[in-house]
Amino acid sequence: MADGVRPMLMRLRRNGVHVGVFLLGAWAWAGGLLPGLLEQWDDIAFLGWQHVELVALSGGAAILVGVPLGILFTRPRFRRAGDIALQVLNVGATIPTLAVLALSMGLLGIGNGSAIFALFVASLLPIVANTMAGLRAVPPPLLEAARGMGLSTRHTLFQVELPNSLFVIYTGIRTALAINVGTVPLAFLIGGGGLGELIFTGIALNELGIMLAGAIPTALLAVLVDFIMAQLQFWTIPRGVNPLR
Amino acid sequence: MIRLHQVSKTFPGSTVPAVDRVSLEVPAGEICVLLGPSGCGKTTTMKMVNRLIEPSSGDILIDGRSTSDCDVTQLRRSIGYVIQQIGLFPNKTVEDNICIVPDILGWDRRKSRERAAELLDMVALEPGAFLHRYPRELSGGQQQRIGVLRAIAADPPVLLMDEPFGAIDPINRVIIQDEFLKMQAQIRKTILFVSHDIDEAVKMADRIAIFRDGRLVQYDTPDNILAHPASSFVSDFVGGDRTLKRLQLLTVRDAMLADPPRVRAADSLKQAVATMEEHGHQTIVLVGPRGRARGYVPLQAARGAAGTVGENHEALPTTIRPNEDLRTAVSTMFRHDVSWLACVDEDGMYLGYVTLRGITRLLSETYRDG
Repeated sequence: MADGVRPMLMRLRRNGVHVGVFLLGAWAWAGGLLPGLLEQWDDIAFLGWQHVELVALSGGAAILVGVPLGILFTRPRFRRAGDIALQVLNVGATIPTLAVLALSMGLLGIGNGSAIFALFVASLLPIVANTMAGLRAVPPPLLEAARGMGLSTRHTLFQVELPNSLFVIYTGIRTALAINVGTVPLAFLIGGGGLGELIFTGIALNELGIMLAGAIPTALLAVLVDFIMAQLQFWTIPRGVNPLR
Repeated sequence: MIRLHQVSKTFPGSTVPAVDRVSLEVPAGEICVLLGPSGCGKTTTMKMVNRLIEPSSGDILIDGRSTSDCDVTQLRRSIGYVIQQIGLFPNKTVEDNICIVPDILGWDRRKSRERAAELLDMVALEPGAFLHRYPRELSGGQQQRIGVLRAIAADPPVLLMDEPFGAIDPINRVIIQDEFLKMQAQIRKTILFVSHDIDEAVKMADRIAIFRDGRLVQYDTPDNILAHPASSFVSDFVGGDRTLKRLQLLTVRDAMLADPPRVRAADSLKQAVATMEEHGHQTIVLVGPRGRARGYVPLQAARGAAGTVGENHEALPTTIRPNEDLRTAVSTMFRHDVSWLACVDEDGMYLGYVTLRGITRLLSETYRDG
């Protein structure tokens, strides 16, 4: 029964979304908002691309550094370092991202570089933490079986540990990217560019059109990134350990 | 062949050895059950064979080669390993789980996949239905069957099994044990099998090694362990009903009197009485023209009566096959309130009979000799 009900609910929801988007569009057009947005198109495209670059560079670097770091901290040799790292990360996660941006500016000065660095740091925390949590949650019998059958540590990592913690690792990446995309507009404040420029300009000039020209694409981007992550999570995690399938 | 020579293990931070100078030899193709209460050192002993635990002293040889001379991962790849928690990899399909060791040994993929299908066939799991399932889609019993198949996939000569059937419900456990014994009859692996269940040990073992506080206290065949426990610890451990347990080690054939006198339907009761008196029997079985057991005649009823056997016999309450174990035989006797059973083959041909007294005599033989 649940099999029949769920797709129906999803279809209903999708139809609802379609209708909602259409009404919103009609209202925006009639109110002169949409033509206003289109006037800003060049700015939106330029700053939007900058925005995407910020997300991709900082988020990508965070993944490339965070996952191996998480793996390293769970190796027996670095177990103690891992415990300490986890404490540091937990404390670090409580620092507001705006503060991270400010600190980064203090360190690296105004500009693109310090924005990317701050975003990288903010995204790194959940990725490392979740990678460690995922790897530490792999059931010990799996590791004993792997060892007993003569799998090397590399085999064990790639064939047993990582696949079985992939879901938790992905969740960390998803959280990190959500924080990242949400923080990018603030990067404007330390000279990082991006759609934040439109938003803050709009607020400063009290121009609703300009502000929305920044806000709406930012929101859409956040939804899009999360959607892509969800799809990746669904399709790339083996079916046997994927709670979504 | 597995040989342990004066093997000891003292864990760091402990003064008492967990395993203390254990020597034993498991001949090729036999199952040796390491038996004892928790903490007696049986699991530690087993894990020293594939060096999951390194021995503190002593030597372990597999087919004459010391395990300490082997590369540890190569050694483990050449020894099958089954654990109680099964430990199938949930991210891999049944097929890929079975093929793990062949894959890391670099077998040809098609060959290893064919082998996986063959192995599934051996434990009566339909390859087409199971090869591409994931462990979470299997029952506990099915998972452990796959766990055993995974251990023997690369055809290692030696198998270590750490309470492999301990977490399976009693009904399925018996089925899997029987299945495993049938498989073992074909594959003839040399097996170290850890258990804390005396019944399982008696059933599975060619030899039982009983451990206490890290020492090997008795190493012998199941029948000898049950009949002649070496110490009060062993006799307490195997239980007060140990002689009854011996019943399942023996088959009806062992206690059966083969080819006894019999009568046919056309024979007269007088002839029947004469035959019985000649052999000192209280009953005689009536067979059909081709030798099938049809019924029986008791001496008391036949004595002094007239007529043929065919008109005056009684129906056999039940029969038994010669390959059943004696526990089943005795249980059948008690259930039907009789003290003897006619043994027949699968076609119903009369082969002989087994009596309660005969069974008693068989069981007590070993005590008289000793």
